Amino acid sequence: MNSFPFSDWIVAAIFVTFIAITVTGALIAALTKRIIRSVCGLAICCLGLAGLYYFLNSPFLALMEILIYIGAVCVTIIFGVMLTEPDEPKPEQHTRPYPIISPIIAIAIAGGVFLGIAWLSLSVNWQAPAALTSDGSVKDIGIRLLTTYSVPFELISLVLLVAILGALVIARSGRTKE
Amino acid sequence: MNPAQLYSQPAAYLVVAAFLLATGIFGLIRRRTLIGMLISGELIFAAASLNFMALNRFVAPDQSVGQIAVLFIMGLAAAEVAIALSIIIAVYRNYRSIVSKELNELNG
Repeated sequence: MNSFPFSDWIVAAIFVTFIAITVTGALIAALTKRIIRSVCGLAICCLGLAGLYYFLNSPFLALMEILIYIGAVCVTIIFGVMLTEPDEPKPEQHTRPYPIISPIIAIAIAGGVFLGIAWLSLSVNWQAPAALTSDGSVKDIGIRLLTTYSVPFELISLVLLVAILGALVIARSGRTKE
Repeated sequence: MNPAQLYSQPAAYLVVAAFLLATGIFGLIRRRTLIGMLISGELIFAAASLNFMALNRFVAPDQSVGQIAVLFIMGLAAAEVAIALSIIIAVYRNYRSIVSKELNELNG
């Protein structure tokens, strides 16, 4: 890896770029008023997450993240946006000081969670394992999914089947009444 | 700590995951529509996945278990989105709105 000059810094810059993409996407997803921009923020966040998964030695999951989250979840949410009118309503006028207090409470809760977990993860000295029992390759994941984890694997397929059937039933039942 | 080796520090990933969790909780509290709350829930799923992956890479001796767990989380998230969106569409058909404040009637 050190054959190319400044290769360490280039890799570090790419890593920081992926973190920035993730954080920016999360902020867009949580803060914008228009829901369609929020969905795009979620897609950007998942793109950055895929890069972080690549840095975590798992290119397979990076591809899965792009396929499932950007390709399936975000597109499905966009269909939901098309079928409803999801834009944020204007905040109604209160006589009590709700509009001032409620964002402060939300920021306090979220900031408390973030600072607490960040402090916890920075203060712990993470010990690397002494010896690796498997290398985490795609071949190993496939073998595990069909041997050790075959029951959860089948249960996931059952859950997806039930979810599809339930979604069809729920989304259709209102239509037949009208 | 060498800043060029930041990507080999588990704390970097864990702090990003904590930020995603905090953003998701903030969105769940502040969003007024059901789809916005669903997107915030997806952010919380992403935070959990990143935690699994980081601890799997740096702490666990078995490098496959965390990846399999993240695959299951992705499957559950996809199922959750399908169910939640169908519920949202059914709610919109009944109320002509998906603003969470206006969904205040029960039909027993």
